[in-house]
Amino acid sequence: MTDFLAPVEETIAEAPPPQRGGGAVRYLLTKVGGAIMSVLMVVVLGFFLFRVMPGDPVTIMTRGRPVSGAQLDQLRAEHGFDQPILVQFWNYLVGLLHGDFGNSYAFNAPAGAIIGERLGPTLLLSGTAAVLAAALGLWLGAKTAWYRNGPLDRASTGVALVFWSIPPWWLGVVLLMIAGGVFPTGGMQSPDSPTALVPHALDVAHHMVLPVFTLVLAIYGQYQLVMRASLLEEMNSDYLTTARAKGLRDDMVRRRHALPNALLPTTTLVFLHLGMVVSGAITVEAVYSWPGLGQLTAEALEAKDLPLLQGIFIVLVIAVVIMNLVADVLLRVLDPRVRAS
Amino acid sequence: MLVRRRLAGAVSVIALVAVTVPWVAGAAQAQGEKVLRAGITQDLDSLNPFITITRVGTDLTRLTYEYLTTYDPKDYRPVPGLAEKWETSPDKLTWTFTIRSGAKWSDGQPITAADPAFTLNKMMTDKAAATANGNFVQGWESVTAPDDRTLVIRTKQPRSTMLALDIPIVPKHVWEKVTDFKAEPPLPLVGSGPFIVQDYKASQFIKLKANKDYWRGAPKIDALDFVYYKNVDAEVQALQKGDIDLMSRLVPAQYDALKNDPNIKLNTGAGRRLNEILINPGAASADGNPIGNGNPALKDVQLRKAIALAIDSRTLVDKVWGGYAVEAAGYIPPGFAEFHWPEKRKFDPAEANKMLDEAGYVRGADGVRADKTGKPLRLRLLGHAGTNLDEQGSKYITSWLKDIGIAVEPQMVADQKVNDATTAGNFDLAFSGWSANPDPDYVLSLQTCASRPNADGKGATPDSFLCDPEYDALYAQQLAETDRAKRIEIVKKMQQVLADRASLVILGYDNPLEAYRADRWAPFTTQPSSGGVIMNQQGYWGYYSATPGRTTDADAPAEAQGGGGNTGLVIGLVGGGVVVVLAGVLAFARLRRRGTADERE
Repeated sequence: MTDFLAPVEETIAEAPPPQRGGGAVRYLLTKVGGAIMSVLMVVVLGFFLFRVMPGDPVTIMTRGRPVSGAQLDQLRAEHGFDQPILVQFWNYLVGLLHGDFGNSYAFNAPAGAIIGERLGPTLLLSGTAAVLAAALGLWLGAKTAWYRNGPLDRASTGVALVFWSIPPWWLGVVLLMIAGGVFPTGGMQSPDSPTALVPHALDVAHHMVLPVFTLVLAIYGQYQLVMRASLLEEMNSDYLTTARAKGLRDDMVRRRHALPNALLPTTTLVFLHLGMVVSGAITVEAVYSWPGLGQLTAEALEAKDLPLLQGIFIVLVIAVVIMNLVADVLLRVLDPRVRAS
Repeated sequence: MLVRRRLAGAVSVIALVAVTVPWVAGAAQAQGEKVLRAGITQDLDSLNPFITITRVGTDLTRLTYEYLTTYDPKDYRPVPGLAEKWETSPDKLTWTFTIRSGAKWSDGQPITAADPAFTLNKMMTDKAAATANGNFVQGWESVTAPDDRTLVIRTKQPRSTMLALDIPIVPKHVWEKVTDFKAEPPLPLVGSGPFIVQDYKASQFIKLKANKDYWRGAPKIDALDFVYYKNVDAEVQALQKGDIDLMSRLVPAQYDALKNDPNIKLNTGAGRRLNEILINPGAASADGNPIGNGNPALKDVQLRKAIALAIDSRTLVDKVWGGYAVEAAGYIPPGFAEFHWPEKRKFDPAEANKMLDEAGYVRGADGVRADKTGKPLRLRLLGHAGTNLDEQGSKYITSWLKDIGIAVEPQMVADQKVNDATTAGNFDLAFSGWSANPDPDYVLSLQTCASRPNADGKGATPDSFLCDPEYDALYAQQLAETDRAKRIEIVKKMQQVLADRASLVILGYDNPLEAYRADRWAPFTTQPSSGGVIMNQQGYWGYYSATPGRTTDADAPAEAQGGGGNTGLVIGLVGGGVVVVLAGVLAFARLRRRGTADERE
C-alpha cells in the first residue's frame, strides 16, 4: 500500500453516490446567496435613490418657520448634509452594520425604533387580509373551476374581476361612507381604548373590520382567478379519470387529486404576495388613517426624512426577498419535478 | 384535518360576533369625563419645546407652556401671559418683565423669574436649545433674574418684537437636569398652560389633561384629545358620527355639504395665509451676483406691474376658493387687521396693455409681445402639483396674461421641486404663500436683501428676491420702532412699496374652514373675536373656552338630543349580528352534512 496513489477502482468505489440532500443544500445556498446579493444592492440603491429626489431636507424641515441662515447651516451640519456624499454613504454603511438606521428628523427618534413601532400594525392589517383573501380566493377558485360555466362561476368570476379592478382607496372611501356609522372612521384604537388585554384587543379588532374587508376585496380576486385557471388545466387529466374510476366521490376527486396539483402555481403567488404584505397597503392605510408602515412611507416622503426612507426601503425589500426565498424552497418541497430538474 | 379547518372557520365567526358586540360597552366607559376631541393631520416632529418646529408641535407648546406674553383673542395685540406687566428703559434696550406671582407648574412648584431666565439663557448658550426659536434671542445682550418676580432682558439694538417672543418657558427644576436638549422629554410634561400633554402615539393620538391649577382658572373640560385623520373625508364622517367634536382644514365642497347637518356648526374666519405669484425680478445671491435662470425681461418693473394688473383676484376668490377667501390687498393678511394695508389690488387689463404698448413691447403676428431684445415674451409659471389654487389658478392666469400679449407655460411639479427652483432663482413666475404671525416681522423680512441665499442657493429663505434700499430701510425702522402706532404706519408703507415694486402679486387670502358639534358644545372663543378661527389660532383661547353645552342660532336650529347616531349604531349592530348569526347557522349546517359525507366514504 502506498499513500501516494490509490487504486483507480478504490477511488471510484469510495466516491459518494449522487445524493438528493447535497443538491438540496446547494440549491438552498444558491438561493440564499442570491437573496443576500439583492439586499446588498438595495442598500446601495436606497441611499443614492433618495438623494436624487428633489428637495433640500433642511428647507423642508423648517418650511413656514422664521429661521435664520445660521440656524439652517446649523441644522445642515447636525444631520451631516454638509459632508461629501461618499462620506455620508460610508457613515450610513457603518451605521447599518451596527444595526443603526440613523435618526429620523421628522419624528426626532431612531428610524429603526419608529419602523418597529409601525411594523406591527401593518403586519396585523395586511397579514390578516392576506390570509383571509388567500383562503377565500383559493376556495372560490377551486369551486368555480370545478363547476365551470355554472351560475356560481359566472357570477363570482365577474365579481372577482370587478373588485380586482377597483382601486383599493376608492373602495375604502365608499365602504367608509356606507359602514362608517357602525365601524370606527379611522385609526387602530380609540384614544380611550381600555388597557386590559382582551377589551383592548376587541377595540383593535373593531377598528380592523373595515380596512381588512377593503383589502380582502381588493386582493382575493387574483387568487381566485389564478386558482381557477390552474385547476382548469388539470381538469381533463387522465389521473382524474382514474380516480373517478376507482369510485371516488366527485368532492374527493377534487380535494385529494386535482387540488394538490393545481395549488402549485398558486402557492408561489401567495408567497410572492405575502412579501408585499409589509408594503402592500399604503392607500388603504391612508384612507383609514391606519398607523402602519405604508402611512409612515408617505409621511417620510413628505418630510424627505432620508434615514427613515432608507430604513423602510430596506425593511420592505427584505420582506419581499425572504418571502421569495420561502416560495422557492416550498415549491421544491411540494413539487418533485422541481427537485428532479 | 378537514374538520379542524371547519372548526377554525366556526371559531373565526364566533370571534367576529365577539368583536361587534362588547364594543358598545367600551364606548360607554369614557362618558364620565368631559373630553374635547379635535381631528388633526400633521405629524408631530417632537414634544421637546426647544426643537419642535411643526405647526402641531408649536400648538402643543402653546397649550402646555404659558409664554411671557400672548396674543389677545380680540385683535392679536400682545397681552400678559407669565409676565403680568413690563416696561422699557428710555434707551429702549432694557426690558423689565414682572412675573406673575402665585402661578404654579403642573407639578405644584411655584413659577418664578428664574424659570424664564433659565430658558432664555439656555437658548443663548446651548445650540441645541436654540434649534426652534433661536432667532428670537439673536442680538440679545443678557438675561437676568434679580429676584423671584423680575426678569431683565438687555438687547444690543432696540427691538419692536420683544412682546411677540413665541418662546415656551420651561420649568427650571425639571430642565436643569437635562443634558441633551435634543432628546424627547418624558411624559407627562410639566407645564404652566391650560392643558398638559400626557400621552402621545405617533399618527394615532395626542392626549392632554386640563391643568386644574392654571392661573387663569381651570378649563371647563377634563381633557383634550387630538386624533389623527390622514383622510379629510373620513374626518368629516367622524365629526358627523361624533367620533370627534372639532375639525379644521375642510375644503369648500365639504364645508357646503355640512351646512345641512343640524348637529354641526360651521365656522370660517379671516385667515393668516397670503397667497402670491412671485415674479423673478432678476434673482441674485446675498453678495449681489446673479443666480438662476429667470427671464431677464422681468427686470423691467413696468412689465411686472402690467402682469400684476392683469391678474384678477375677485375671480380667483369666487371660482378657485368657492368664495371662502378675501380679495387681494396688502401683503399682511387681513386677519391681522392692524397691520393690513386694505387698499384692494387693481384689475385692469386695458391699462396693462396700454402700459406695455407705451413701454415698447410690440405684439407679434401671433399676439405675443416681443421683449426689448426682440424675443417673444414667454414665461414659465411654476406651481405645486395637486394644489387646488395652483392647478386651477394657473389656467386663469395663463389666459389673463395671454390677453395682454404674454405667453405663459404652466409647469405643475412636486412641492419640493418648486421649493428648490424658487430658492435657487430658477423661475419666471411661481406660486408661493406664507402664514403670517401676529407680529409681521418675519414675513416682512422675507423680502429684504438679507434673505437672499448664498451662491449655491442655500443658507437663507428667499421669497421674491426683491432687494430694494427703500424697503430695507423701512424694515430696519419698523424693527427698531417700539411705539406700536408708529410701527403700524411703517409696516403699511412697506406694503405700498412692495406693491409698487411688483416682484410679487397677491392673489388673495383663503379662509380656514372649521366645523364643530353644535349639539355638544357651546360657542368657542375665536381669534380675532369677530370673524376669527377656533383651531388655527395664535394662542390657546379656542380650546381653553371649550364648554359642554349647545350652540343654537339660525344656522343650527335646535333638534332632538343626539340619539340619531346611536340609533344608526344599534340598527347596524343588529343587522350585522343577524348576518353573522345566519352565517354561523349555515356554516354549522354544512359542517354536519360534510361530517356525515366523510363518514360515508
